Amino acid sequence: MHDHWEHYEHGADIGVRGIAGSKAAAFEQAALALTAVITEPQGVAARETVQIRCEAPDDELLLADWLNALIYEMAVRRMLFGQFHVELDGTRLTAQAVGEPASVARHHPAVEVKGATYTTLRVAPVEGGWLAQTVVDV
Amino acid sequence: MDLNLLKQRDACAWEIPVQGRMRVPGMIYASQELVQTMDHKVYEQTVNVATLPGIVGAAYVMPDAHWGYGFPIGGVAAFDAEAGGVVSAGGVGFDVSCGVRCLLTGLRRADILAVQKLLADALFHRIPAGIGSTGAIRLNAERMDAMLSGGAKWAVEHGWGTSADLERVEEHGQMLHAKPKFVSEQAKRRQREEMGTLGSGNHYLEVQEVTAVYDEKIATVYGLQQGDIAVMIHCGSRGLGHQIGTEFLRSMVAAAPGHGLVLPDRELACAPIHSELGQEYLGAMRAAINCALANRQILTHLVREVFADVLPQARLPVLYDVSHNTCKQETHRVDGHERELYVHRKGATRAWGPGHPGLPAALREAGQPVLIGGSMGTGSYVLAGTQASESLAWSSACHGAGRAMSRNQAFKTWSGRAVIDQLAQRGILIRSPSPRGIAEEAPEAYKDVNAVVDAADSAGLARKVARLEPLICVKG
Repeated sequence: MHDHWEHYEHGADIGVRGIAGSKAAAFEQAALALTAVITEPQGVAARETVQIRCEAPDDELLLADWLNALIYEMAVRRMLFGQFHVELDGTRLTAQAVGEPASVARHHPAVEVKGATYTTLRVAPVEGGWLAQTVVDV
Repeated sequence: MDLNLLKQRDACAWEIPVQGRMRVPGMIYASQELVQTMDHKVYEQTVNVATLPGIVGAAYVMPDAHWGYGFPIGGVAAFDAEAGGVVSAGGVGFDVSCGVRCLLTGLRRADILAVQKLLADALFHRIPAGIGSTGAIRLNAERMDAMLSGGAKWAVEHGWGTSADLERVEEHGQMLHAKPKFVSEQAKRRQREEMGTLGSGNHYLEVQEVTAVYDEKIATVYGLQQGDIAVMIHCGSRGLGHQIGTEFLRSMVAAAPGHGLVLPDRELACAPIHSELGQEYLGAMRAAINCALANRQILTHLVREVFADVLPQARLPVLYDVSHNTCKQETHRVDGHERELYVHRKGATRAWGPGHPGLPAALREAGQPVLIGGSMGTGSYVLAGTQASESLAWSSACHGAGRAMSRNQAFKTWSGRAVIDQLAQRGILIRSPSPRGIAEEAPEAYKDVNAVVDAADSAGLARKVARLEPLICVKG
């Protein structure tokens, strides 16, 4: 399976979806979809690495926690992330998010993400891999 | 939405009869055309809200409703704590106390046209807006807690505004019983540099002209006459409120089984009002309300500074400031008896009718100003609360136009530059750091605010007073 991300429709907001060969890679792709709500992920330079750890009762809450941890780090560090490396150990996540300070001139950020919701939240096996998705509030 | 699922009670009132686990009916206030264009998810979410413990009356839906998170956006629901009622983080939303403030200016259209570009540039330069923007105010831990307890009153005490402003702000500018100790350090850290910032998305600051007056008497009380200029500020509790929403949603999901709550949708996460978690959320959420009130107060001060430079003859008193994402403890009459209820308004505006003791004396006879935001190219409205709204929906009305098109679709359909140019041809100056954000917020991506407001008026939720159209819009 070709790892990829996509957006899907939700009335006022945006769904972020990662589809990949492994669950961890699907989480990475969902994170790229999150960045793409704000700016083009490939336009974010790899200058700083931020470590992130989460633990949750199940895969779906772990995905929401992961995306919310990224939203928090983007907000307090005023950064954008363009690369992600995720390792999963059961429902424990360890990750590196790589990016740079947000620049209005270079990134033309469209909108600030307030939080990852539990609307259409899903982590599930699909043919040849995994899907990880939810709607983010902007 | 399929009309066959509903019983029509009036031209603009549609009931969802009690079925399954519903404890009360649903009640949608909208024209037939608006109901037909509502997403079926609004129906599902209204049914789900009606199943929650302690709900009183009905699960109400405003004319601008659309698919939300657990609750529909445009949803109103009240719970009785003594009947096992709940408080829901999803029922308030991520942007706690997002709301609208309207400032009068005493200016006329010609005054603005003489300096329109200068004023637009000065506002854009002075008002921090968009991703990465920070305010000039930095709060240490002590000042943060003082702000979270004091709201707009705290801001005025620090020189951002006058005490006269507070009379025209909900809760007189200070939400009581806020508990900053239940606001996490993460939420406070997220807010540390965001006081006095506008945010992004559908938040805005507009200079508007009154282009129609529907009720001369109330408009005169409000200080709105045809051709007058007003300033509207739409924003909320910024990062602090977003973080509180995120954290308590998670906590309420985890705690639901322990509270014996069976949730039809995880996003409906809630906790009994009398539980420890319920009380912690109420304390934190009220602190976020104060954050939003302080933020709009500081933005008001910045706007006044700009006007003092560009149009020094202007005075900018507050007409009113009202939120549309809250849960508030209120007294309402139910079956002839007064009851204390916790009223959730998610994308719905409190709309007190004439004579309400909570209104400032100057507005009491006319009823509360209900501030309805439009989009960049369409009108906004000022309505007045009605006495009928108390029995219709706990004194509530709509809050805006509501989106008709997703952000993705809007971005694919329009370019930000073209939207800015088209609006400039109509005399509306847009200032924003984000062309993509402008495309996603294109006027045509929103529903017809006129139809929403007409439905609210017809249903009796609020009455139309004046329509305003933008001359300048600053967006994040």
